[in-house]
Amino acid sequence: MVNETRFAPWDDPEARPLIQFRGVTKRFGDFTAIDDLTLDIYPREFFALLGPSGCGKTTMMRMLAGFEEPTAGEILLDGRDIAHVPPNRRPVNMMFQSYALFPHLSVWDNIAFGLRRESRDKAAIEARVEEMLRLTRLTKFARRKPHQISGGQRQRVALARSLAKAPKLLLLDEPLGALDRKLREETQFELMDIQEKTGTTFVIVTHDQEEAMTVASRVAVMDEGRIVQVATPEVIYEAPNSVYVADFIGDVNLLRGTARARPAETAPEDQPQETQQAAPDAMPEQVPATKPGDRRYQPNALGMRLHNTLARVFGAWIEDEPKRLPAPEPAAAPKPKAAPAPAPAPDIPPGGIEIDWAQGQPAVIAANGEPALDGKPVVLALRPEKVSIAKDRPVAPNVLGGKVIDIGYLGNISTYHVQLSDGSMVKAQATNTRRIARRDITWEDEVWISFSATAGVVLAE
Amino acid sequence: MRRALLIASPYLWLLALFLVPFAIVLKISLSDIALARPPYMPQWHPGDGLVALGEFLGSLDFENFVFLTQDDLYWKAYLSSLRIALISTALTLLVGYPIAYGMARAAPEWRPTLLMLVILPFWTSFLIRVYSWMGILSTEGVLNQFLTGLGLISEPLQVLNTNTAVYIGIVYTYLPFMILPIYSALEKLDDALLEAAEDLGCNRTEAFWLVTFPLSRTGIVAGCFLVFIPSLGEFVIPSLLGGSDTLMIGKILWEEFFSNRDWPVASAVAVILLLILIVPIVLFQRSEEKAREAAK
Amino acid sequence: MRRFSWFNATSLTLGFAFLYLPMIILVVYSFNDSRLVTVWAGFSTKWYGELVRNEEFLDAAWVTVRVAFFSSCLATVLGTMAAYVLVRAGRFRGRTLFSGMIYAPLVMPEVITGLSLLLLFIGIGLDRGVFTVVLAHTTFAMCYVSVVVSSRLTTFDTALEEAALDLGASQFDSFRLVTLPIIAPAVISGWLLAFTLSLDDLVIASFTTGPGATTLPIKVFSAVRLGVSPEINALSTIMIGIVTVGVIIASLISKRAAVAQARDEQAAPRTT
Repeated sequence: MVNETRFAPWDDPEARPLIQFRGVTKRFGDFTAIDDLTLDIYPREFFALLGPSGCGKTTMMRMLAGFEEPTAGEILLDGRDIAHVPPNRRPVNMMFQSYALFPHLSVWDNIAFGLRRESRDKAAIEARVEEMLRLTRLTKFARRKPHQISGGQRQRVALARSLAKAPKLLLLDEPLGALDRKLREETQFELMDIQEKTGTTFVIVTHDQEEAMTVASRVAVMDEGRIVQVATPEVIYEAPNSVYVADFIGDVNLLRGTARARPAETAPEDQPQETQQAAPDAMPEQVPATKPGDRRYQPNALGMRLHNTLARVFGAWIEDEPKRLPAPEPAAAPKPKAAPAPAPAPDIPPGGIEIDWAQGQPAVIAANGEPALDGKPVVLALRPEKVSIAKDRPVAPNVLGGKVIDIGYLGNISTYHVQLSDGSMVKAQATNTRRIARRDITWEDEVWISFSATAGVVLAE
Repeated sequence: MRRALLIASPYLWLLALFLVPFAIVLKISLSDIALARPPYMPQWHPGDGLVALGEFLGSLDFENFVFLTQDDLYWKAYLSSLRIALISTALTLLVGYPIAYGMARAAPEWRPTLLMLVILPFWTSFLIRVYSWMGILSTEGVLNQFLTGLGLISEPLQVLNTNTAVYIGIVYTYLPFMILPIYSALEKLDDALLEAAEDLGCNRTEAFWLVTFPLSRTGIVAGCFLVFIPSLGEFVIPSLLGGSDTLMIGKILWEEFFSNRDWPVASAVAVILLLILIVPIVLFQRSEEKAREAAK
Repeated sequence: MRRFSWFNATSLTLGFAFLYLPMIILVVYSFNDSRLVTVWAGFSTKWYGELVRNEEFLDAAWVTVRVAFFSSCLATVLGTMAAYVLVRAGRFRGRTLFSGMIYAPLVMPEVITGLSLLLLFIGIGLDRGVFTVVLAHTTFAMCYVSVVVSSRLTTFDTALEEAALDLGASQFDSFRLVTLPIIAPAVISGWLLAFTLSLDDLVIASFTTGPGATTLPIKVFSAVRLGVSPEINALSTIMIGIVTVGVIIASLISKRAAVAQARDEQAAPRTT
């Protein structure tokens, strides 16, 4: 998302949104999936709807596609209310999570499917399909059926099919969910590339925050039918507006305590925040080992069919699954020992607040905290990569002592789980510039963690 | 040792009671009547002139088959069996598809009940199900009473003992065999495919013909074979519901054997019926394998 | 359901009316007082009385049940063995022929199966009666059983058997203690199917039966050939009633099993 001229129509009061949700509510019986939601999406945006399953993001997408009608409110496309326009009459196309490729049609026919609905001009259809095939690098596979190509290729067919009609808005429902990690990363960049090339507005639904951060120009974090925060990925990550967002996006330490205003010698204005664009890598996903292709006896066709027809009769009341034993409970982790008392911090920047977060622990200083929060319960959200770890006590505004309980080695970085003297755990990250044997911090080490006075974000509880 | 016993018991059983008997049929179909007729079964000569027994038997092996080709009756019976089986299969499809479709589109909590309702008749006696139509279709039957009661007809319709009654009987008794494979194909259909079709500009009808119907083709093909194959050799339905002019090969074979006591000809009729059946069975096998390949 | 329309409702209603009306009419007319089956002359249960007094029908019913019981038990044993051989025995001489013989009877017209068995019994000089009918029914029913059981066996995880062997069970014990309990539902299905097929069979029984072994379908067939008769209506009603009760019981059991299974699954700790 590096653009020389910054693309930010949402900051431009003159810009006309492509999509407007105005007070949209969607109920399924008693369940409110979308609750009085208002949102603008601008042309050429790559907009991500992010949230856990059941947060309403899919419902929003299905309302945009026309598969669900809002219970109340309007949805405008180019200023026209489309809330009750059927899906086949909207300039909106969707890439389905399962891809929904027609299994009986070739790749070529799948891509041509939508074009054939609206036009009889064979030459034009052919040209457009070829163009889409080139765009998605599928020309070689045009004659294949969907089951004869790989998952990544299928994903591209789905994309080509939904883009073929040149929709004003393309909806992508968890488009990369079925791909393995490496392919997913490649495809993310491909998607961004294609989005830029075609200039289509993309709305992507995902539960994968990394994916949303990577591809999107703006991210809307959703929870229980409401939008919690809409902002660029940087803002979402660096300045979450709630504990929910901070916790949902990336890895975070949450220090809970009570705010105490600090005397302001200088104005505690917005300090420039060190922008660190490093989404913490998660553990690589485990690919389930495929069973070796054991050749099993298969009944012949007619027998199988007769069985399926006749044995249905019994199937209704006979459970076919073998009984399973419950998985054994994991052994409880051994309780760590108490950590030693920390030494006091020397340097204190002015302004902001202090947070009393544990008995017998020095207050944490947050120079970017709002003094008006004085006396209120607050949460300091602190990204692990902004927490340093050292064996010798460093000089820093916030220094806490603890003991290393666990080390997550991720290759490029390591995450240290440090237990503080009050028993709480703080995660700190360090880049692995040295080879493993030379690293000095190991399990059970007494260490110091430190962070600057503006490293965290103070959030009202 | 145990393995040998395990294999041998069902194997020998089937050899003795399936393969050997069939070999006997084949042999008798090629023999002449004097050899094939056991002495304790007195010969019964037909008076209706269907078969002139003494003329063609007693000499060469294939004479039974030659006879079958020469006598109009058999040709017509085979052709008429094929026609009746084909027409009833098509009718069963017409009746069964909407039912299967309605079931697949019904609320998921209703589907097991609907499925049970389709399968339940299969458990009741085949004979009773065929018989139940006799009371409905006869000239004084329920259907005619109903239609005359409505004033739609003045003369009772002759339905029983016609080919129409045979079609009804086959459609009725084999309907579950058509519904179940189509239903299971339709049930597997991913709703997202229909949504995708609509998203790409189809209305409901177009989406049905462009997506639903082609994707239920495996079910349709399977259902058609499952109805066609057994109805070709059907005996009970034509003999209870059909008329004297209803020619079906199963009925001919039965009569040849029990009424005419002509075993060699009955055997030859059986052999040819089996040869005719091999074609649809092989086709079915192929299409199922193809479907399985495609499903991978 | 979004796509459930009036069209679907109509086709389901008409379809099920078509499936069930004939049987309902049959049941209704079994309580008709008149011998003229088509004329309603008031409610009566007299045909049930006649039926119970009809020794021939009772004898035939007894023969049928005996044949069905013995043939279905035999067919279940042989069919399960055949299924196990097909799925597990690996390669052996004549395997193709064997699987062919398992599937052929499923599509073989009954008239041919019946005819061929009769010719065999005559050829070896076997006196025809209950015994020959049992042999015949066992032969075609075992094929159905083996199809039902083998399709369960193909989805059966061989690792379970290997685990049993690994834990010290003999080959036979691992079958008895692990495989059999797991495929038991399919084996029971197979038995029920075999039993019903035998009860229902007219054609093969007609060919292979002998004096003193008239089964119920044969009796019914010879009666209805002449036309509709109220006793047969009564008999049909009884049979439909038995089947309906059986299926309802089976579905209740299945519902309870499904509920219990759902509960067990909920109780089990989630491992993700």
